Amino acid sequence: MTYPTKTQLMSASAALVLGLAAAPLMAQDVTLTIESWRNDDLSIWQNTLIPAFEAANPGIRVVFAPSAPTEYNAALNAKLEAGSAGDLITCRPFDASLALYNDGYLASLADLEGMGNFSDVAKSAWNTDDGANPFCVPMASVIHGFIYNKDAFAELGLEVPATEDEFFAVLDAIKEDGSYIPMAMGTVDQWEAATMGYQNIGPNFWKGEEGRLALIRGEQTLTDEGWVEPYRVLARWGEYLGDGFQAQTYPDSQNLFTLGRAAIYPAGSWEIALFEEQADFAMGAFPPPVRNAGDTCYISDHNDIAIGMNAATPNADAARTFLNWVASSEFASLYANALPGFFALSNEPVEMENALAQDFVSWREDCESTIRSTYAILSRGTPNLENETWNASANVINGTETPEDAAARLQSGLESWYTPAN
Amino acid sequence: MQTARASLPRAAAAHAVLLAYTLIALFPVFVIVINAFKERRAIFNSPLALPGPETFSTIGFETVMSQGNFLLYFQNSFIVTLVSLFCVLLFGAMAAFALSEYKFRGNLLMGLYLALGIMIPIRLGTVAILQLMVATGLVNTLTALILVYTAQGLPLAIFILSEFMRTVSDDLKNAGRVDGLSEYRIFFTLVLPLVRPAMATVAVFTMIPIWNDLWFPLILAPAESTKTVTLGAQVFIGQFVTNWNAVLAALTLAIIPVLVLYLIFSRQLIRGITAGAVK
Amino acid sequence: MTAMDPGPKRARRWHIAVFLAPAVLVYTAIMIFPLFATLFQSLFTRVEGQQVFVGLRNFTTLFGDPRWSASFWNALWNNTWFFIVHMLVQNPIGILLAAILSNPRLRFRGFYRTAIFIPTILSFVIVGFVWKLILSPLWGIAPSMLDMVGLRFLFGPWLGQETTALTTLALISVWQFVGIPMMLIYAALLSIPDEVIEAAECDGITGWSQFWKIQLPLVLPTIGIISILTFVGNFNAFDLVYVSQGAQAGPNYGTDLLGTFLYRTFFGFQLQLGDPNMGATIASVMFFIILIGVSIYLFLIQTRLRRYQF
Repeated sequence: MTYPTKTQLMSASAALVLGLAAAPLMAQDVTLTIESWRNDDLSIWQNTLIPAFEAANPGIRVVFAPSAPTEYNAALNAKLEAGSAGDLITCRPFDASLALYNDGYLASLADLEGMGNFSDVAKSAWNTDDGANPFCVPMASVIHGFIYNKDAFAELGLEVPATEDEFFAVLDAIKEDGSYIPMAMGTVDQWEAATMGYQNIGPNFWKGEEGRLALIRGEQTLTDEGWVEPYRVLARWGEYLGDGFQAQTYPDSQNLFTLGRAAIYPAGSWEIALFEEQADFAMGAFPPPVRNAGDTCYISDHNDIAIGMNAATPNADAARTFLNWVASSEFASLYANALPGFFALSNEPVEMENALAQDFVSWREDCESTIRSTYAILSRGTPNLENETWNASANVINGTETPEDAAARLQSGLESWYTPAN
Repeated sequence: MQTARASLPRAAAAHAVLLAYTLIALFPVFVIVINAFKERRAIFNSPLALPGPETFSTIGFETVMSQGNFLLYFQNSFIVTLVSLFCVLLFGAMAAFALSEYKFRGNLLMGLYLALGIMIPIRLGTVAILQLMVATGLVNTLTALILVYTAQGLPLAIFILSEFMRTVSDDLKNAGRVDGLSEYRIFFTLVLPLVRPAMATVAVFTMIPIWNDLWFPLILAPAESTKTVTLGAQVFIGQFVTNWNAVLAALTLAIIPVLVLYLIFSRQLIRGITAGAVK
Repeated sequence: MTAMDPGPKRARRWHIAVFLAPAVLVYTAIMIFPLFATLFQSLFTRVEGQQVFVGLRNFTTLFGDPRWSASFWNALWNNTWFFIVHMLVQNPIGILLAAILSNPRLRFRGFYRTAIFIPTILSFVIVGFVWKLILSPLWGIAPSMLDMVGLRFLFGPWLGQETTALTTLALISVWQFVGIPMMLIYAALLSIPDEVIEAAECDGITGWSQFWKIQLPLVLPTIGIISILTFVGNFNAFDLVYVSQGAQAGPNYGTDLLGTFLYRTFFGFQLQLGDPNMGATIASVMFFIILIGVSIYLFLIQTRLRRYQF
């Protein structure tokens, strides 16, 4: 009696399946698959972006295949390593995508003509350190600030705060009145505390790019005033958050605000589309308050999303055609208006219809822009500064770690692997 | 009957315990289902209220149904789950029989070897598995998932089944041998029917992680034509999700098929036991 | 007792091979090769894109470097506590429910059995989602229910506090999986022949003493199985923490299990890039921990358990 070996078994089932699958794959068109974590954007891609591209480029079909944000990096890496990833790869900013480029998974786009539409700053998040090889076409940036319930502010007779003292006075007034939770944010998911908390208000303290670059050069440390002070401010937030904020999730926070139960939402501009859809009250936005009236304001205007080409794609020409289209002003306008709050990075100005999005983008005129302090270079090692900042920010707001301890812990973690270049 | 006398208070106590635990077990499911049929505002304002005429809404289900091809996803999930289950039960029972019935050199080691798989999460082998599937051209086929789930289910199935097979009477098997039955006949006609309760139990344990798995469908078969329900529903349960109507509706829909499968095996379990008792 | 009388000598070896072959082949090809290929990576490290053999250096890093070892011991302790909660809560409840259900004269037992098993068939996504909803301090299900019985003051943001989050998650996991010990014990209790029970009743052994003296000893091997399955399952646990607390296993790593620690290291998370070498190192250590547990069971306990054949 004999039994089939492993190889026989495998090839038998392979043959069976190939026989079944081969027939429908005979079409002439090139099909490009986009890997993305933006599953929220599925309908925008399917109904707006892809039809516009396919109409202009017959013979190329595009499939948008998103996965959940939490699984995206792991799934993408596995597929790239095994050679089954899609033709186009949506790029996280800075070090994560740089690692993919360095491993040879992303193709250099230095000679893509569309790249000329972007400034060096726009490209900086998806470029080699020497600036010679951009590898993703920038799509959008997001801006941090605070979204507030205009109706609630009118009802309580509150003015939009410009300074930190005014900000806490407003929070006190809302808390005193009691009909609204002053601020909607939770700490259980951690990243809200870091992203909408620390990176939101921080640039005013570390003076945006100045502090960020000084940290990278080793001229400042995380235990310096400019980096600890935002934690001290964050530590005061706890008493203005909803009851049990320690277990409040990100969707909880969003729902709390859009249901009209909270007055202020520490935000990223990406919330705009969803909030416009779900909230039935008027909303406004204000930038992170400065310490003293008249101080220069700094905002986090963070390069967030881009798209690159799988170096191993068999459809490189079609993929480059698509990337050039993404670099065009047509795409920029479609994307920025379909997703208000994702601001186009191309040089040509984009007309936006959404008022809230215009609010956010108007801050660029008065304030200095910077990117999140932990994203470039400082999160290349272990322990990872960005991830540890999540943990530290949540601890500080929860009151389980002092601002000074948190800062000291982050600094010693960073020092354990990072030596400034000079 | 002689048992009827003392049993009334005892039966009442038994029912009280079971009922209490049933409430604990079902309450969260109840919360999901009632809220799936409510409009968004009502979910948050009174999460425990039943959907009333003012709060009733099927918007969540409409969102889910408009998103992708859910019937096809269900079909894929059923095929993958049932075929893997069949392979796990058949191969697993055969191996368990070999381990529990025959003394041969390396029996214990073989048992340990086959149990290794329950000690390391199979996810760790992802890259190598994906490479294997790419090499054999099985990416984006249901076969890839079936192979992985069969491998994943076998260790536990063998582990449990061999324990149960040790309790099958030797006299019965020896009587079969005396009657001239082959070892295969003894396995299929004498032993298998006797371990049906255990088989049904293993079937239930094996089926659940397969049905609910998100990882391997995402890695091995993410194409539209091979998506499973769990992967399809994942669109609604990412990090940036506030569409709770759709989430709850998707979750409710995802419960039903496993429940049906479970009920089928559960009935099988009862029949297996009764058949065993009658013999 | 388990003496085996093989069939005709000539055919003997072949049918053993035939019975084992399909399982061993599929299992070896799809599971063992890929997994050991991964574990093998623990002996290497990545230097400028090349895998370089470093022997056991990753293991010395894991146990010697204060950051790595602090994370590891934290996860190991959390995991041990997670396991203890399961052993103390899940398995006794499972046995109790099975014992009650196995009474053939009980009415509605099909209903109870199905109802109690339902949480087990739910995906982790559903379980994480619904318990977060119920325990949420905002939407008021748990607080208002406690309010009804006058215990509102007991409520806290359990999943958000370092002191309570892990135990809360362990209890949610118990809620979800209590069906498994229940079903296994139930199946074992039902395979006890009626004659055994009837004989006991004739001797006047009924009720709880019947359970303790007759049924429990007979299902001891099955209790052994559920203990080892709980051990293996708990030390591989990952999904529940991942869906409800995220890969960072907050608050402040208070719910970090070996599984989440492994996942975060192996696949990376957010800006943390995956490190397959250190990930494989952690996986190897987990593997040895579980291997030791299972070996103790297989070689010491299982071979000594007295089995009764019916």
